[in-house]
Amino acid sequence: MLIFVVRRLGTMIMTMVVVSILLFLLLEINSSSVAIKVLGPYTSEEQRNLWLEAHGYFRPIYVRYFDWLGHFLIGDFGDSTRFKVPVGQMLWPRLANTGILGLATMLVVIPLSLALGVLAGMREGSKLDRTISVSSIVTTSVPEFASAVLLSAIFVYYLDLLPGTSAMSDGFSLVQLILPAMVLVIYDFGYVTRMTRASMAEVMTTHYIRTAVLKGLPYRTVIMRHALRNALIAPFTVIMLQINWLLSGVIVVEFYFAYKGFGALLLEASLNQDLFMIEACAMVAVFVAVATQTIADVGYTYLNPRIRFA
Amino acid sequence: MVEQAIPLQRRESRILRLLKGVALIRESVVGMIGLTLIVIWVTAALFADVLAPFPPNETIMPMAAPGSEAPGGGVFWLGTDHIGRDILSRIIYGSRRVLTFAPLATLCAYAVGIPMGLAAGYRRGRTDDILSFIANVILSFPVLVLYVIIIATIGASAVNILVAVTFASAPGIFRIVRGLALDLRNREYVFAAETRGESPWRIMMIEILPNARGPLIVDACLRLGYVIITIGVLGFLGLGLPPPDPDWGGMINETRQMAMSFPHMTIFPGIAISSLVLGFNLLADGLREVSLRD
Repeated sequence: MLIFVVRRLGTMIMTMVVVSILLFLLLEINSSSVAIKVLGPYTSEEQRNLWLEAHGYFRPIYVRYFDWLGHFLIGDFGDSTRFKVPVGQMLWPRLANTGILGLATMLVVIPLSLALGVLAGMREGSKLDRTISVSSIVTTSVPEFASAVLLSAIFVYYLDLLPGTSAMSDGFSLVQLILPAMVLVIYDFGYVTRMTRASMAEVMTTHYIRTAVLKGLPYRTVIMRHALRNALIAPFTVIMLQINWLLSGVIVVEFYFAYKGFGALLLEASLNQDLFMIEACAMVAVFVAVATQTIADVGYTYLNPRIRFA
Repeated sequence: MVEQAIPLQRRESRILRLLKGVALIRESVVGMIGLTLIVIWVTAALFADVLAPFPPNETIMPMAAPGSEAPGGGVFWLGTDHIGRDILSRIIYGSRRVLTFAPLATLCAYAVGIPMGLAAGYRRGRTDDILSFIANVILSFPVLVLYVIIIATIGASAVNILVAVTFASAPGIFRIVRGLALDLRNREYVFAAETRGESPWRIMMIEILPNARGPLIVDACLRLGYVIITIGVLGFLGLGLPPPDPDWGGMINETRQMAMSFPHMTIFPGIAISSLVLGFNLLADGLREVSLRD
């Protein structure tokens, strides 16, 4: 087990290194375009060269990469070219906001999709199963921006119940969190539900469940004590991997609702060619994604007794 | 008694068998609903010139409500947008863009993903290690983060969007094909082909790939739906193809500031894209249901 964890962490670090190289090459291989992005298009060749000289851009690319990586590791991401403040100063509060949004979404998605998935998978092919399966397909078919539009038309325009933007300019407000979280829930719960259903349906066909039913245990006990414990291992992985999807979803949702989060920051940075901000955001996003994948793998191995004791 | 040769029954042609397999979809209600939705949109795209009541880019009357009369005769069934273009016509013409780009991009992704997946699954060893690592690195990006960075760096154009979609989707296809190839490479017909001395690529393409088609067709439907969402999202984020030609995601982006007063401008494009994606997802579900049955 320990060897597995160490090996998995090794893969994670290696992935991060490769991602950082790719990102660095994609964004910084052309040093003159870096100078244009940092200093603006209306600068003379001479100014740019002076800046490049001062910031060590005339060194070989691998030296620059290691220099960049070193600063990155100690949390020095450079200055935002657009806001002229250190990137970290903007990034961390935004990340915390997205964390709140993600947490709110997950708090709804996890119980909802597990319950629906178990109900559907319990009796495969039943009316209830078909209803849940089809409605989970329907909700995953609606892109986040379309459901954002539909929900805000209903709750903001027709019913006038909720605020249409979630900028939270007067401090944190739970009411403003509802719509963005709802959009993310609608898009994300379908997939987890279907995975839970598949896992539950598979468990229900196993011999030990048949034995439990045949020896006359009440159906409730069969489900609660025998089926659930095994059926919920796979959804654990799916839920962890869902965080990766959530990071994509927040870009759309935060943009639409003007929520001051990480996704909106990344999008703004990309649209404005805010180089160091893009790098920091991308690395943070990939780190979160890779870390959750690692946790998912390790957790799956730990939860699954067949692997744990092998 | 004279021994008689029993004539072998002629096998039906490949195409006929494939069509028969596809025709099984009639048995799935869900699949048929999906297929209907897709057929509706394909018809709309093909006959946009006839079906659309107004030219898609012409300014006629700004901010008309759905169902209001047009000044020169005719009705704005879904209203007009902020600069007076008929929304129904724009949605109908917009289906052209979606239904050319999404299949094209998906096809490109498969063209890259399939050979790599076959190679990794059939050859295994070092080829597999290297390709799998590359795929894992790309898949470790949250997918929209990848799109936003790529498009923002190389710019938004038709070719660049195709490149970005291929780059981001091919690893997923790679994984599926690799898994299928790992399983199929141990079949007897592959051993037979190896004994005959056929080349590895012939074996991969002629022996393995056709036998992996079932799961791949289902995956293609799901992926097509997802690529449609992606193209819509890029348009919505302002990273899509440049105006004025109608783009469903772009239509929502252009009018979302006014959605609080004129919700029809954003709702209808939203419904359009959702129904098309739903069509592909339902079709995929129906195909899977039918293929599991026998």
